[in-house]
Amino acid sequence: MKPIVALFVGIAVLVNIAAALWLIWWTSRGVDKSSVQETTHVWDDDLTEYNNPLPRWWLWLFILSIVFGLGYLVLYPGLGNFRGLLGWSAVSQYRADDAAAQQLLERRFAPFKEESLRDLSKNPAAMSTAKNLFALNCSACHGSDARGAKGFPNLTDRDWLWGGSEPAVYQSISQGRDNIMPAWGPVLGSEGVEQVVSYVLSLSGREAKAASADWMAAGKAHFTTLCAACHGADGKGNQAIGAPNLTDSIWLHGGSIEDIRQTVTYGRNNHMPAHLERLGDTRVRLLAAYVLSLSQPATPPP
Amino acid sequence: MTTAPVLYAAQQKVYPREVSGHFARLRIAAAIMLLGLFYGVPWLHWNGRQALLFDLPARKFYIFGLTLFPQDFYLLAWLLIVAAVSLFFFTALAGRLWCGYACPQTVWTEVFVWMERLTEGNRSQQIKTDLGPWTLRKLARKTGKQTLWIVFSGFTGATFVGYFSPIGGLAERIATAGLSFWEGFWVLFYAAATYGNAGFMREQVCKYMCPYARFQSAMFDRDTLIITYDAARGEPRGVRGRDNCIDCTLCVQACPTGIDIRNGLQFDCIACAACIDACDAVMTKIGSPTGLVRYSTQSEIDGVPRRILRPRTLIYASILMLLVSGFVYAVAHRSPVALDVIRDRNTLYRELDDGRIENVFTVRIINKDQHAHTFRLYTSGLQNAVVDSDSPAQQVDAEEVKTVVVRVRIPPAQEHGGRQFTLLARASDDPKLTAASPARFFAKP
Repeated sequence: MKPIVALFVGIAVLVNIAAALWLIWWTSRGVDKSSVQETTHVWDDDLTEYNNPLPRWWLWLFILSIVFGLGYLVLYPGLGNFRGLLGWSAVSQYRADDAAAQQLLERRFAPFKEESLRDLSKNPAAMSTAKNLFALNCSACHGSDARGAKGFPNLTDRDWLWGGSEPAVYQSISQGRDNIMPAWGPVLGSEGVEQVVSYVLSLSGREAKAASADWMAAGKAHFTTLCAACHGADGKGNQAIGAPNLTDSIWLHGGSIEDIRQTVTYGRNNHMPAHLERLGDTRVRLLAAYVLSLSQPATPPP
Repeated sequence: MTTAPVLYAAQQKVYPREVSGHFARLRIAAAIMLLGLFYGVPWLHWNGRQALLFDLPARKFYIFGLTLFPQDFYLLAWLLIVAAVSLFFFTALAGRLWCGYACPQTVWTEVFVWMERLTEGNRSQQIKTDLGPWTLRKLARKTGKQTLWIVFSGFTGATFVGYFSPIGGLAERIATAGLSFWEGFWVLFYAAATYGNAGFMREQVCKYMCPYARFQSAMFDRDTLIITYDAARGEPRGVRGRDNCIDCTLCVQACPTGIDIRNGLQFDCIACAACIDACDAVMTKIGSPTGLVRYSTQSEIDGVPRRILRPRTLIYASILMLLVSGFVYAVAHRSPVALDVIRDRNTLYRELDDGRIENVFTVRIINKDQHAHTFRLYTSGLQNAVVDSDSPAQQVDAEEVKTVVVRVRIPPAQEHGGRQFTLLARASDDPKLTAASPARFFAKP
């Protein structure tokens, strides 16, 4: 608060309390307690309004609340910029609550701290907790059943963009991943794009249309120059850089001709956020174990 | 109000005189029955569990064979409406029956007054003790009374908490001083409330705090049963030889709210009928007919025949009948299974490699039954739909809520845009246990 505003607030608060005290004094002075006072308002011939003093207990509540208010203003912030003797603030309250919550989480996750991912995925208690963690942190993109959606990988199959080993999955969750496919439209031109699309379709055994051998050869030539650097000469992808395998039937951004054309022309930009800082090591490891358990039928999810 | 009211007047303690008679016996019988229910019911068991238990942390409310979930909360609202309308009905019919015989304020006050008599003696002894100086005898009597009151209040508070925290364990923890903070707090809170209301506040609760007394006139008419003083017979007072009021003031001494019933119907009268018993006893003693103070109606006092069937009672009765039968129907036909369906928010639909369209739903199967059931999920209103989940049947334990992720799948190009359909869960052992929930399926536009 600016000093002038703080001064105004402080003075306004004190003046209000003083006014409340004055009101009590002013209304109680000179009251004749021996007879009933009337306000002299009369309705319907004989109904009148009494002007009795407040009941004692009520008056005491009034005075007590003034005392409470003064005590509060001494202990807590309220008088302008004065912070109060207790040093309480919304921020300090938040920090204390947050620390308590963190401590609770620490205790909750302590049993899972030392376990390996393999042991965790076989531990029903750990997996039931991990399922909740997944619903809370992952399902917004990957779906409640972890089968993904267009642009968000299915986690229950055995196809991995960045590898399905324990360290790779842990890395994907803890540090996040960035997949960038450049836009090749300007480089290839529209005919070049069509040729590449035809060739890519043929990699997974699909026929684009009645394509001539020349057409396919041109597509393959473009592929070898531009695409093979990431997707590999055989199109099987490269898990070291997250390049998808193009020879299977799994299409992250859609497998129709239109979708593939869109991908080649404009590129794709995919981002998986990092979770280590937000969730901490134990929870990331629980999630990694859970994700691995989804694609391993030997240990079905609980 | 007298002509010169004293402002800031301190409350005058009422010393109700002990009476015996027909209505006193009725009142004691009602008190014993109601208190017996209150202190006894928590100890009843049903299917190996406390028969009446309101488990607030788990949000489960056990009433014998019935387990209520928060979703059934409307039943409580309904029950309260039934209670309110029956209060109106009985008030129109027979006045303040509730106040005189059944209200907890009256019942517990009677127990406290009885303990007071046990330790401090009858009305005049009590007054004498209070006016007299502090002696060892007075100290002993007061200590005895307070001890009884405090023990009884503590017992009451513990019993009340026993409706919310299983009373067997609670009693054990009290015996071993192992109460948790909040259990201890609420036991003491309700003990203090009992002590304060029945020992200290007493008739002031009825006179100054209870709204019922203040709106009784809205429900009374000239045919409502009230406690009346037959002024035509009783006045003028103190004339011997006729059947007049002899002005012995026993009816005033017996009154637990400290009023004079001979002044006519007052909002302070809780219709406990103590004055009737007091007056009848005196009238019998002096050989006059009883009934100078009696249950009667304004019409009867005025010499007009009394009508029980009249628009007011008939309307209240029919509303009450309607509400009660609706309530009974709602409880009897309440489905012990419920279903919540939540659409996945990440994507409207998912196209599989073969072109089939899939929607993902998170389903909560709520089994409120006291037995476990196995449920199968299926759809209606969506042709050729297949419900797929990680296990084909869902085992849901008694009183459990199970969360299942399901995929609803339809053949390619069957639907375009959105379609409303119904997702159902049916118990395989009892087809009557079926719950349905509306949901929406999305496909390519």
